[in-house]
Amino acid sequence: MQGLHDVLQPAGPAAAHIATLWWLTLAICAAVFIAILVAFLIALVRAPRADAATPPDLAPLGSAEPRTRLVVSIAVACSIVGLLLLLAGSIAADRALARMPEDDALHIQVTGHQWWWDVIYDDPQPSRRFQTANEIHIPVGRPVLLSLQSGDVIHSFWVPNLAGKKDLIPGHILTLRLQADKAGTYRGQCAEFCGLQHAFMGFEVIAESPQAFAAWSDAQREPAHAPSDPGTTRGHDLFLTGTCMMCHAIAGTPAGARAGPDLTHVASRKWLAAGAVPNDPEHLAAWIRDPGQFKPGAQMPPHAVPKDELDALVAYLETLR
Amino acid sequence: MRALLVLIGLAVALGGCDREERKLAKLPSAAPSPATGERRGDLQPGQKGSGLEQTTSSRSFDGKNAFELAQGKRLFRWYNCSGCHSMGGGGMGPALMDNRWIYGHEPDDIYRTIMEGRPNGMPSFRGRIPDAQVWQIVGYIRSISGLAPKAAAPGRNDGLAVTRPENERERATPRNAPGSG
Amino acid sequence: MTDAYVAMPEPAAAQALERTWRDPPGFLGWLAAVNHKSIGRRFIVTAFGFFVAAGLLAAVMRLQLSRPDNHIVGPDLYNRIFTLHGTAMMFLFAVPVMQAMAVYLVPLMIGTRSTAFPRMTAYAYWVYLFGGLMIFIAFLLAMGPDNGWFNYVPLSGPQYSSGKRSDFWAQLITFTEVSGLLVSVDIITTVFKLRAPGMTLARMPLFVWAMLVTAFMIIFAMPAVMLSSTMLIMDRLVGTHFFNPADGGDPLLWQHLFWFFGHPEVYFIFIPALGFMSSIIATFARRPIFGHTAMVLALIATAFFAFGLWVHHMFATNVPDLGKAFFTAMSLMIAIPSAVQIFCWIATLWKGRLYMTSALLFTLGFFFILVIGGLTGLILGSVPLDLQVHDSYFVVAHLHYVLIGGAVFPLFGAWYYWFPKITGRLMDERLGRWNFWLFFIAFNVTFYPMHHLGLEGMPRRVYTYAAATGWGPLNLLASVGAVVIALSVLLFIVNAVKSLRSGELAGPNPWRAPSLEWAADSPPAAYDFAAIPVVASREPLWDARPAPSHVTGLATDVREGVSTTVIDALPDHRYTFPSPTPWTFLAAVATTVMFISSIFTPWAVVWGSIPIIITLIAWFWPTREETAKHLALEKRP
Repeated sequence: MQGLHDVLQPAGPAAAHIATLWWLTLAICAAVFIAILVAFLIALVRAPRADAATPPDLAPLGSAEPRTRLVVSIAVACSIVGLLLLLAGSIAADRALARMPEDDALHIQVTGHQWWWDVIYDDPQPSRRFQTANEIHIPVGRPVLLSLQSGDVIHSFWVPNLAGKKDLIPGHILTLRLQADKAGTYRGQCAEFCGLQHAFMGFEVIAESPQAFAAWSDAQREPAHAPSDPGTTRGHDLFLTGTCMMCHAIAGTPAGARAGPDLTHVASRKWLAAGAVPNDPEHLAAWIRDPGQFKPGAQMPPHAVPKDELDALVAYLETLR
Repeated sequence: MRALLVLIGLAVALGGCDREERKLAKLPSAAPSPATGERRGDLQPGQKGSGLEQTTSSRSFDGKNAFELAQGKRLFRWYNCSGCHSMGGGGMGPALMDNRWIYGHEPDDIYRTIMEGRPNGMPSFRGRIPDAQVWQIVGYIRSISGLAPKAAAPGRNDGLAVTRPENERERATPRNAPGSG
Repeated sequence: MTDAYVAMPEPAAAQALERTWRDPPGFLGWLAAVNHKSIGRRFIVTAFGFFVAAGLLAAVMRLQLSRPDNHIVGPDLYNRIFTLHGTAMMFLFAVPVMQAMAVYLVPLMIGTRSTAFPRMTAYAYWVYLFGGLMIFIAFLLAMGPDNGWFNYVPLSGPQYSSGKRSDFWAQLITFTEVSGLLVSVDIITTVFKLRAPGMTLARMPLFVWAMLVTAFMIIFAMPAVMLSSTMLIMDRLVGTHFFNPADGGDPLLWQHLFWFFGHPEVYFIFIPALGFMSSIIATFARRPIFGHTAMVLALIATAFFAFGLWVHHMFATNVPDLGKAFFTAMSLMIAIPSAVQIFCWIATLWKGRLYMTSALLFTLGFFFILVIGGLTGLILGSVPLDLQVHDSYFVVAHLHYVLIGGAVFPLFGAWYYWFPKITGRLMDERLGRWNFWLFFIAFNVTFYPMHHLGLEGMPRRVYTYAAATGWGPLNLLASVGAVVIALSVLLFIVNAVKSLRSGELAGPNPWRAPSLEWAADSPPAAYDFAAIPVVASREPLWDARPAPSHVTGLATDVREGVSTTVIDALPDHRYTFPSPTPWTFLAAVATTVMFISSIFTPWAVVWGSIPIIITLIAWFWPTREETAKHLALEKRP
């Protein structure tokens, strides 16, 4: 995942504006730092050494030391100019961020929960809305307008390669604009401390070509298919008659609870448990059996169930592509 | 001086230790939950079926632990207990904040009520809610009528206030209906 | 250099003064002590104790983060550890230790024998000690707060933080507030009314200026967090709705109130350190600080600006555009007064003759570390950049560069510098140099990599991280550095203990420093000065202009001092200081009982106030003996 989250490898205009400002600021700051350090070191080297017996120099008490005053004043003036430059750069970058285009933007609602992300793709046509979790696909080159809210405590949505962060605050709806210019997978992470599993509240933003995105979203809009073979049918029945459906939803089945992530297309995602667990049958089974071994404190309860039931359940969930 | 203070602090707060511990969910050990009988009715949430069969279960009731009670309160909302019992004031189902307990107020009674269901509407949640969570809900239900220590009972929710928070409720001395457990 | 200020009283008078000003004997006397030096020493030692404890917590955190997917501590314990680390460092170490240094040094520096309200200072110390012990005991009993030192609602609110953990945090704030505000009132009054005759505001040492400015900042800033922590405990205990968005409250209210305090707090840790810097640099550059007036104005300007940039902690919460521009501008502007001071110090060093001691080395460390911290602060003040690095490890790096470089390094310098004054013995210079270089290098090894971790996307306050993130190597490096920092602090403790026993005797003024505290004995007599000095210059021990050299005619059998006018320090009237009393201790115990009980029931505020009122009445009750003495003094000037 190295490089998947890096402020200095921008993959979209928002992050690019910020990275440009970063290099400008860093240059000015480095110049200032070197100037101060050089002056400081010269002062240390040139000043004669003394000890406790050295009598104090009281000459400055009588005179105003005009030359020193001039030099210090010039240094202060230079700092003020540097600060004004930084201010101008900062405000310019901020304006650029505020003016990012919104035409034809893709609208996505993201709701933070302890400790996962609920994602709803909005559409003017209600039938075309769909819900997923912890994985956000976006088309390359199209602006995305995220509307951020929280289901419990404050979280913060941060994809370093794409944009700065924005908090998800109960009682508020905040928006974040971002856009990806390069196809790729960009990791995001909750950046506001939100309790026990703040460390493993990740997600992925997958930027893909408009065609791939359209194909993906059409697939996501489909409800889950009814199971065909007996093994997966058993898993399906277990899901619907057991504890699973108390918290999770699968479109196309009676399961409609919203306490946990939507599982309609769970098998199509790369990660389970908000980026904490790779999504393959073994890990899925281990996660269902004892989520605490991956995310101690996660809200999903452990399930000490017989192996055959677990296998059937996993087999069914694996069909949810 | 400090040693003395530490001792006093220890003595005062020892009771608080259990209250504050957060037992994060683990696979249950083998201590058995109280035996429950058959389901008392056909009513069940969702589709009828056997559900995932837990191979172990344990009686993990801790009605004095703040974290357990808070989790119980969260689950009370998630599992839509408030759909019938409202926020404890009752509606389609009986009120939980008064002192009347039709089927008993002891933790094991409440556990059975949730697991077996009761006539006239209370569905059976066996197989629907893991054991440990049922115990958390049991603890919370008791706190609704002030049967949990105030220092451990949950405070108000970040929602519209309809009742006084659980940690302000006075203890309602339970009055079990005759002949109940 | 002159001995004009080391006025030698007659032995009989000195003995009488000693009898009048010393702490009463025995354990009860120890509890009753009000002498500013006794209280100051306790305050400093206690704060150092909390510093070490909070540092050990940091070591556990670094151990946990040293490699990916580590499970030495789980998330619950880790959250409690980082919360207590931040809380204790900020509330139990950084602010109190600065005030403690002021309680000890300010009266000596301005030539008086006590702070203005010595009993209140003693009470403030006890309240602080009990508050600190409460939070650490709560931590040991697994009841420590776990929502960060900033304790954001709703995570710390009634619904998401079960039990009493957050309440302990909120009450710790109340304890430290009471203590901090009382000491501030004490310092302001002392500085304004008890300066030695002739020490006009213009002649006041820069450290005293710094503490005066800080005390005002505390008085303006702390009520905000007191208000918010009280609202929080009310939300949790009696079901109010200050932070409940569904009932008209707002979680953002917490953030505004907290940071309206929280940002100035950084400056009331930083500004006293600037005062240390000025004292130490002047002495060891062997010349007065260049630009004294500019320095004073810069301190005051910093204090003003410090109240205008709290929102830069909240840029990710949707601030209106105009507001963002304003707070960015303020955040950048505050660099100007700091720049003025740094340039003035460099000018002082440039034109001085340097006496290289450990104390000076530590203050020189400031220039490297704080400048980096200040510049990364500019990055955090800029809205777009902040949106990227906010709440990442970049901020962890920044804040440690600012707080350790800007406050802890000068503070260690101050300890090396004033240790001979407080104990009468010099610290070991060789160990001091080891202490400095180990600390300086290890500090950078620990915290510099965190800048990169932040840019690579590592968020703050995570208890572990996956190996695939690639954050492992830099974290390991940081952990190694942390171990060495711990070693260097251990070295400091060894040095202090060793020097306390067998250090070289210092004499009143081992550094030949200019300010008045060096005119007193080392350690100072209970009465500080045998006679209250009269000041005629900014560097009285360097630039003595005699006649009159000291105040005569003060009583020796009563704690009496001279009060002077605020600006010109003309003698105003005679002032009698209160005598030792155990009631301050008892009042602090009563206060503690009330504060801790009110975590569990709101009614504690009612019945818990009764013992407080009783102890306060007893505290203020005049004895016949004292009244008689005061009356006699009034009749016989």
